[in-house]
Amino acid sequence: MTNKVKNNKSVIEVTDLYKTFDTKKVLEGVSMNLYRGETMSILGRSGQGKSVMIKCIVRLITPDSGYIEVLEQDILKLKDDELNQIRTRVGYLFQEGALYDSMTLAENLLFPLKRNKPGLSESEKQELVETTLRSVDLLDDIEKMPSELSGGMRKRAGLARTLVLQPEIILYDEPTTGLDPYTARDINELIVRIQEIYNVSSMVVTHDMKCAKRVSDRIVILHNGNFIARGTFEELENHEDEIVRNYFI
Amino acid sequence: MAKQNTNNRFEDRLQQFFWELGDTVRFAGRVIRETFRGPFEWGEFYRQCYVIGLKTLGLISITAFIMGLVLTIQTRPVLADLGADAWLPGIIMVAVLREIAPVITALIFAGKVGSGIGAELGSMRVTDQIDAMEVSGTNPMKFLVSTRVLATTLMVPILVFYADGVAFLGSYVGVNLGGPISIKLYVQQALDLLWYFDIIPATIKTFFFGFAIGVISCYKGYNTTGGTQGVGVAANTAVVASSLAIFIIDLLAVQLTEIFI
Repeated sequence: MTNKVKNNKSVIEVTDLYKTFDTKKVLEGVSMNLYRGETMSILGRSGQGKSVMIKCIVRLITPDSGYIEVLEQDILKLKDDELNQIRTRVGYLFQEGALYDSMTLAENLLFPLKRNKPGLSESEKQELVETTLRSVDLLDDIEKMPSELSGGMRKRAGLARTLVLQPEIILYDEPTTGLDPYTARDINELIVRIQEIYNVSSMVVTHDMKCAKRVSDRIVILHNGNFIARGTFEELENHEDEIVRNYFI
Repeated sequence: MAKQNTNNRFEDRLQQFFWELGDTVRFAGRVIRETFRGPFEWGEFYRQCYVIGLKTLGLISITAFIMGLVLTIQTRPVLADLGADAWLPGIIMVAVLREIAPVITALIFAGKVGSGIGAELGSMRVTDQIDAMEVSGTNPMKFLVSTRVLATTLMVPILVFYADGVAFLGSYVGVNLGGPISIKLYVQQALDLLWYFDIIPATIKTFFFGFAIGVISCYKGYNTTGGTQGVGVAANTAVVASSLAIFIIDLLAVQLTEIFI
């Protein structure tokens, strides 16, 4: 167990989560905690329910049963307004960035700011946008449309849009999928840098071992609807269970 | 065996139709609730009104002018045979105001705007933009759907009024092709045959046309599945379902008008 896990309280707590689509059981009694300041990766093959799991955490998908606590709030019992409040404290990076394609990069960042930080003046908002874009090395592209950005730039832009609200938790959904090895490495470094600068708690859903190794304090493996192992990269790499070890080959 | 399969397919499709109809009604209820629950996204609403109006103005202008012109040219000989030339402006105006302008404008609107909304929201859905909006604390039903539905509900009646005027102009040109007539006399002859029940029910139904187009198009786009292919299907079914809804609302409006007037 890492120091971050030992010393901190959990910001996300999931207990006995179940989710079925038609007849396919995706999550079967999943339980886990994410501790303040740590980066935890969820490893698993495609279709194992990793993305479903983090979508349940922000209630984009409603689970069949279970308990989810995010920042000390029972997320499944919140009213819409309360849920929106919590969501502004939890950033979510989508696989393809999910940038609003009718807006420039600057407008993409201003959009959540205008709605969730009405107290900020226009100049403060602009400054925050520029600072955030600088932190992901996209300040020179501030007036570009999403269609003008490369895959890696889109992910960084998506991350900037998440960071602009200064969340306490960031959920990354396959941050390196579809990227070349060099860009994937840059994104991994960025995740580490963001954690250091903003001291956020992060949950990274991935099947990229290099990504998991570089960014994680702790890794859990989701297999057939449940977590079959937890630990550091090194611990899991030498795990007694062959199924777990196979993930690291 | 083949007949049984056909029957099962028919039942499945019928079941699917009613399920989707129910879901659309529920969606409409949610739209109404979100519209009246503040704060309203006025900026996006104004932008949608502008975009929607501008998008269809040219097409509606051309169609309405030709509609008035052709209707006049085709009706004129019939009335001339009956010796009722003087009724031509009034008859054209009644036909245009009561039925032709509302229905044709709404159909053009469904084709142009409905498909656009279906495709836009559909593409936002399959690229996770709607989910991204939701997780960043913005209610997409309020920002994307309510604003568009309210904009279509208000813009269709305005565009129908505009189409009435342009069709009137087309009709005047058509009448003049058969012999000169002053605009003053033409207007007077048109108004002689009109009364307010030609205008009020026709105007009320245009609000329903606009609402139906907005709700159906948003519903199709908002619930798109199946990637880029799904976006095409959403755009297409938005137009087909909206057009069908326009005719059904028109039929109901005529029946209700007959009962109350």
